[in-house]
Amino acid sequence: MHVALILIALVIGSVAFHLLSPWWWTPIASNWQYIDATMIITFWITGFVFVAVVSFMAYCVFRFRHIEGRTAAYQPESKKLEFWLMAGTALGVAAMLAPGLVVWNSFINPPPGTTTVEVVGQQWQWSFRLPGKDGRLGLSDTRFVNASNPLGLNPLDPHAQDNVLVLGGDLHLPVNKPAKLLLRSIDVVHDFYVPEFRAKMDLMPGIETYFWITPTRIGSFEILCAGFCGVGHPFMRGNVVVDSDEDYQKWLQAQPTFAQTRKSAAAQ
Amino acid sequence: MVEIRAGEGEPLHPASFDDVELYHPRSWLTKYVFSQDAKIIAIQYAVTAISFGLVALVLSWLMRLQLGFPGKFSLIDQNNYYQFITMHGMIMVVYLLTALFLGGFGNYLIPLMIGARDMAFPYVNMLSYWIYQLAVLVLVASFFVPGGSTGAGWTLYPPQSLLSGTPGQQWGIILMFASLILFIIGFTMGGLNYVVTVLQLRARGMTMMRLPLTVWGIFTATVMALLAFPGLFVASVMMLFDRLLGTSFFMPTIVENGQHLGYSGGSPILFQHLFWFFGHPEVYIVALPAFGIVSDLISTHARKNIFGYRMMVWAIVIIGALSFVVWGHHMYVSGMDPNFGFFFATSTLIIAVPTAIKVYNWVLTLWRADIHLTLPMLFALAFIVTFVIGGITGLFLGNVVVDVPLSGTMFVVAHFHMVMGVAPILVIFGAIYHWYPLITGRFLDEKLGQFHFWITFLGTYAIFFPMHYLGLIGVPRRYYALGETAFIPPSAATLNEFITIAALIVGFAQMVFLYNLITSVFWGKEAGHNPWRATTLEWQTPDVPPAHGNWGKNLPVVYRWAYDYSVPGAKQDFIPQNQPPSEGAPA
Repeated sequence: MHVALILIALVIGSVAFHLLSPWWWTPIASNWQYIDATMIITFWITGFVFVAVVSFMAYCVFRFRHIEGRTAAYQPESKKLEFWLMAGTALGVAAMLAPGLVVWNSFINPPPGTTTVEVVGQQWQWSFRLPGKDGRLGLSDTRFVNASNPLGLNPLDPHAQDNVLVLGGDLHLPVNKPAKLLLRSIDVVHDFYVPEFRAKMDLMPGIETYFWITPTRIGSFEILCAGFCGVGHPFMRGNVVVDSDEDYQKWLQAQPTFAQTRKSAAAQ
Repeated sequence: MVEIRAGEGEPLHPASFDDVELYHPRSWLTKYVFSQDAKIIAIQYAVTAISFGLVALVLSWLMRLQLGFPGKFSLIDQNNYYQFITMHGMIMVVYLLTALFLGGFGNYLIPLMIGARDMAFPYVNMLSYWIYQLAVLVLVASFFVPGGSTGAGWTLYPPQSLLSGTPGQQWGIILMFASLILFIIGFTMGGLNYVVTVLQLRARGMTMMRLPLTVWGIFTATVMALLAFPGLFVASVMMLFDRLLGTSFFMPTIVENGQHLGYSGGSPILFQHLFWFFGHPEVYIVALPAFGIVSDLISTHARKNIFGYRMMVWAIVIIGALSFVVWGHHMYVSGMDPNFGFFFATSTLIIAVPTAIKVYNWVLTLWRADIHLTLPMLFALAFIVTFVIGGITGLFLGNVVVDVPLSGTMFVVAHFHMVMGVAPILVIFGAIYHWYPLITGRFLDEKLGQFHFWITFLGTYAIFFPMHYLGLIGVPRRYYALGETAFIPPSAATLNEFITIAALIVGFAQMVFLYNLITSVFWGKEAGHNPWRATTLEWQTPDVPPAHGNWGKNLPVVYRWAYDYSVPGAKQDFIPQNQPPSEGAPA
């Protein structure tokens, strides 16, 4: 008896916790509300299954608990019941998977006209690179990294000279403009994670990875590293500042280009 | 109606062997230490695995103390915090769960449940244990070498695991891979043994479709492990080469602290593929024996046949096969070609169907049953609840786009602890309460058991259920300290304190269990022959506990499936598998 009651209490408690607890995701600041929507669908379907299965179990424990003289039924299988349960489950799974795959398709395909920004990770800090006037990022390779070229841009590539470098500062992005973030690491695996954007992706040394977002809210958002990268992992922080167009241009003008940083490094 | 249970006609034999002569121990040393008897080897495996598991339990307290009360304990610093989480994870997954299910329960139950005298290759079986023991010692040694054990996280991803920014980079990481290599060698010996034994040494009449689901679970998991562990094996060897010989299998060009290291051209993501090609099947290597065992616990203690036996068998086999094509769901945000996301999300969610069928069949077994709320039954019920939570949160993480915000957060930690930590361990507890009377001839203490059960079940739920919501906020895993983070509310710290306290209480309950486990050997209530009135062969041995050779003079002959409970018209509510149809039992 008490076992059945505790199981029911567990169901009610879990649902109440879900609905009433203060712990929920952060207010979104990007276009990926579709991800939140898919997750809500998943919560509904799986929540229903959880409540149904555990309640049914509680009922059985109460109704069919051993009492003197009770004999269990003998029923090895029921093809019909098993078929319908399987079909129902397959339907539920499809209802979660289909929207998931649709959203994934847009997640991996940036819309035309997306500007590219590069994020470079190293133990344990974030740096950024933006294209110059020609809108192109110059070539880069970890082999080129040295004290005066911390991001490893190819010094011979003309497209690299006007690239804007942000070393140790905040990344700024203009609001409502889709941005593709190219991710690169010069040492270990990191992961660029801004909870309010919902999107994240690893920085995999040796290759370039990417994701894209459209920031939808002006403000400053904290970057965390979500891929374990050694003892400094929790302290690898940064900020993304989402600006109005005007503020963004002002900020952009104030940042040094690759050529300028090289010159000032040589002067020292 | 269902031919699997029928005893009609003569029992079939898969291959007619004469009874084999066993190796007989001649001294105390060959009987209890270098034993070739699967039952002794099983106990050796179990004692070693549980002892090492206790180390992992203590490590989990240390990490929880840091998360619940950051900075309050001076003995925990950021270096050893990462060593604690790494060793906790690796010990639990490989050295406890895998070893205990396959080496422990596999060794004890396979020969007894299929009606064999012992494993097919007793000597290799003994070697398997001693190499496992060696693997454990090598890993234990890594706590004491300069720099300590590795703190690379249990996934051991390069390049980080080989660089100086990770604790244990000098010796710890080398011993970790050496230990894994030894473990896999030892496991392969044991694993081949289990497979051959199940295929070749079944008693007369024990067809594959009459095997108890415990054997099906362990058998399928073993086949999977034999196919999956080589992935980890080669990855470990190549990592050792990268670390010791300067090769670049997994190491690209790297600048560390402004210095160019000698590596170039390697692929760190290749390691992740190899690791998860092992790592995902590993989840099911742990889960399938638990699925099998829990089916038998439910059936026996509900006095009712497992519902949909054939579907249960096929579900085990299909889950085993599918689990080899889903590993990419651990790597959705790794930067592999994003088009793989479509494939792995689909394959992962398909696996939910046979898994859900198993859950339905467990609860449907309870329908119109005669449920005895014994300790094994309680643990089985707790397993279902825990596994349902772990399974449905898997549907979040498997659905590629939902995984994107959740990966790398505490949601993942909560999910995998529910599904492959707590759930299988609840089955292990249930199984120990169930088979302890067979192994020792005595029951575990019921009162202590009830205490242990309720604290463990409700306590672990209180630990891991709310933890999902920390992950929803965005609290990342593997953070020694959260520090000042704008989006994390102060209440999250309170929740972390609560979780830590719950974890300490659950840990205490395990000490009570341990006390029960040890004292009941001597003072437990005597169990006698087949105390649960079970149908399966392990309870039908002439001696309790079963003697060397298991079956006395004659091997058992099997006439029916493993689930003849409450058969209409039978004298008792169970008919042992070896009872002939003529003896007052319906076919």
